[in-house]
Amino acid sequence: MSELLTGQPGERRLFLGNEAIARGALEAGVALAACYPGTPSSEIGDRLYEVSRTGRLVFEYSTNEKVALEVAAGASAAGWRALASMKHVGVNVAADALMTLAYVGVKGGLVLVSADDPSLFSSQNEQDNRLYARFAGIPMLEPESPQEAKDMTLAAFVLSEELGLPVMLRTTTRVNHTRGVVTLGELASPPPPGRFLKDPFSLVMVPAVARQAHARLLVKLEQARARAEASPFNRLEGTGPLGVVASGVAAAYVADALLELGLKDKVTFLRLGFTHPLPEELIARFLSRVERVLVVEELEPYLEDSLKAIAQCRGLTLPIRGKGAGLFSRLYEFHPALVRRVLADVCQVDYGAPAPLPPAAELLGRPLPERPPILCPGCPHRAMYYAVKIALRDLGVEGIFPTDIGCYTLGLLPPLAMADYLICMGSSITTACGLSRASGQKVVAFIGDSTFFHGGLPGLANAVHNRHDLLLVILDNGTTAMTGHQPHPGVTLTPPDYPGQPVDLAAVVRALGVEQFWRVNPLKYKDTLAATKEAVQKDGVRVLLAQAPCPLYVARLKGKRPTARFQITGECGECRHCLDYLGCPAMHVREGEGRRQLLIDPELCAGCAFCVQLCDHIRPVKAK
Amino acid sequence: MTGVGGQGTLLASRVLGEAALAAGFTPLLSETHGMAQRGGVVTSTVILGDLKSPIISPGEADLVLAFEALEALRALEYCHARTLMLANTAVIPPYPVAVGQVSYPEVSAMLAVVARQVGGLLAFDAGALAREAGSPLAVNMVLLGALAATDTLPVSAADLQQVIRDKTNPRFVNANLSAFEMGAAAAREPAHWLRRPAA
Ligand SMILES: Cc1ncc(C[n+]2csc(CCOP(=O)(O)OP(=O)(O)O)c2C)c(N)n1
Ligand code: SF4
Repeated sequence: MSELLTGQPGERRLFLGNEAIARGALEAGVALAACYPGTPSSEIGDRLYEVSRTGRLVFEYSTNEKVALEVAAGASAAGWRALASMKHVGVNVAADALMTLAYVGVKGGLVLVSADDPSLFSSQNEQDNRLYARFAGIPMLEPESPQEAKDMTLAAFVLSEELGLPVMLRTTTRVNHTRGVVTLGELASPPPPGRFLKDPFSLVMVPAVARQAHARLLVKLEQARARAEASPFNRLEGTGPLGVVASGVAAAYVADALLELGLKDKVTFLRLGFTHPLPEELIARFLSRVERVLVVEELEPYLEDSLKAIAQCRGLTLPIRGKGAGLFSRLYEFHPALVRRVLADVCQVDYGAPAPLPPAAELLGRPLPERPPILCPGCPHRAMYYAVKIALRDLGVEGIFPTDIGCYTLGLLPPLAMADYLICMGSSITTACGLSRASGQKVVAFIGDSTFFHGGLPGLANAVHNRHDLLLVILDNGTTAMTGHQPHPGVTLTPPDYPGQPVDLAAVVRALGVEQFWRVNPLKYKDTLAATKEAVQKDGVRVLLAQAPCPLYVARLKGKRPTARFQITGECGECRHCLDYLGCPAMHVREGEGRRQLLIDPELCAGCAFCVQLCDHIRPVKAK
Repeated sequence: MTGVGGQGTLLASRVLGEAALAAGFTPLLSETHGMAQRGGVVTSTVILGDLKSPIISPGEADLVLAFEALEALRALEYCHARTLMLANTAVIPPYPVAVGQVSYPEVSAMLAVVARQVGGLLAFDAGALAREAGSPLAVNMVLLGALAATDTLPVSAADLQQVIRDKTNPRFVNANLSAFEMGAAAAREPAHWLRRPAA
């Protein structure tokens, strides 16, 4: 049974922030959850999927984030509590729905979890989605810890239902991926079936209805503001002429810094957790009590700008400093010492940090080797990249490689170096259209199977319709590997008893009007190379579907590693072809006696049998 | 705790966190998920004591468990002059080393650098002990055993062993427990202390 369903109310458990959100949703009686995976949000969906197998809620891995939010909106309209979770950039995909859903409103509580990623640990940007709450006009809660993540999830459902608005729970990586102590509450019992009540003149957003709905939204926002004023998530602590305001994990850094610097009773600390709409009265009271203000928030100066506006309206001229004054950066996440140092400076107290040690490279007298992430041994993406590289080399053609997001983006790094242009999910196909039209160069675009369903379909239809010229390689490993092997519509590798109906990717490609189509197993080198050469030389829209399962996931599903192993027989190491073109992490060189010897690490070799097809020096050996 | 994707740093921090919770503390852990797990550096942190910040700033870790020799040196960024470090001396060559673009620094030279800077350094081949215990992946358990034997934390060996029994894969519990014991024994070996912490 899922760990989330065990334990008695009052029990203290160590939960990941994302598990706390899932638990909070279950305590709120969430009836439907829909998500598209993305770091740092993925574990919310993965845990709720496990729970859904017990029948307690309906869960789906949706095709993309817009789909997820709209499915949740439909369920909410029928009276169910619904949750949609996604990473921050997923909200861009869902934004079209979100902006107008705020007009439409909700019936059952609807919570949108936005997991932001300051410092871009696993993302293409570090946008601050608090601005979406203001943009769309929806209430927002910002937790600072797993406990608060659970409490706020529960509160968000209630708030959403009371106001008739979707509520955004805005988290950051340091909340999603912090494991902390959470006190369990009561699990809600599974909900009864919902029922949709017709009300087209408030639910169908044609202009005449939407004009009214916009006005209704503004009224609801004023009601929301009253709730923010009274919310236990917004609180004033301590007294002193310096005022400090913080939200999210930055509030945790401030709390610790005040403790460690002995300033706890000398500062007026306003912790904000209900951050849209802002409690203007509470903020005005705070501003009138202090002489100057320091705002501590990651990314955009959302609170800072709002405080300045509130002060201006009330004729207050006290200094409000933060990013504007250059005390904090708009870039990257904060950490405890960074916040402590600024607070110590502002309060002119001793910072008391231990003396920093000299950099390791300086002490060692040389740089430390980097440790970049790399495609796993046996990864079929590597094999496909290799075939394209060799095909282009043999044909004497330079290729331009618009790429997409997934494990295969690691092909950016040498020796593969098979990525030239990337914006966001789905952009491979569409940017390829513009690139080839404008440059006339040979364009080979790469996209993964999950990404193809997420954002590739409109682009491929466009390419066919507008007679573009590109070769699209679909890297179909049967799963969404990068984010932890979640299923998607075209899935061929599924978790045990996954109920989804697979959609045939090849049939979809053909149905979109693609006439020049090849299908290969990229681990079969000869056939793949021949097909690639053929496809590269043609004109128009061509699709090469490269199908082979993700071996890491296959091994995990089977609970064992493959047995075939390969070794290098005899002297080998001078030509470096495999190192310069393939870049398999199981291969390494040993220097010695004036020559190099290439070796395959038996612990790392995945037994994919690709390299044996390239080189006579490599031979199978019996596994131990 | 810092190591290479696949070495089980997350499980080690989880075990320590659960043991601390059972012992009545309110631990806070932070974990790396996502991209880095494909062979990159994976770091997790554990905070005991009633703090709210989930991460540790550079120069502020009191205790470092390094799962690989090069990562021990890289972790110096998180150390101060009184930090206690427990390091696995086994080597996992990063890709640029494996293909001969750059060389891997001498392990003894790296450890000597660390020993000069920190307050204490215990270093031994945890990989070899894990293999001896019957599970090459149990480096994390070896290091936890060594940690328990240093008696630096308010969490006992018995607490940690109980969590290993309850929370780790049943198929590997015995290997994990013997790896833990071997780690504890390794910490009692004077030759493994490249620098003894001041009393
Ligand atoms: C809008 C958006 N949603 C989610 C993500 C997170 N994400 C990155 S790659 C990826 C999917 C990768 O799957 P696939 O295309 O099949 O490639 P694979 O990793 O399996 O090679 C996801 C969901 C993102 N970057 N942007
Ligand atoms: S997880 Fe799968 S798809 Fe991703 S790099 Fe590893 S083998 Fe390739």
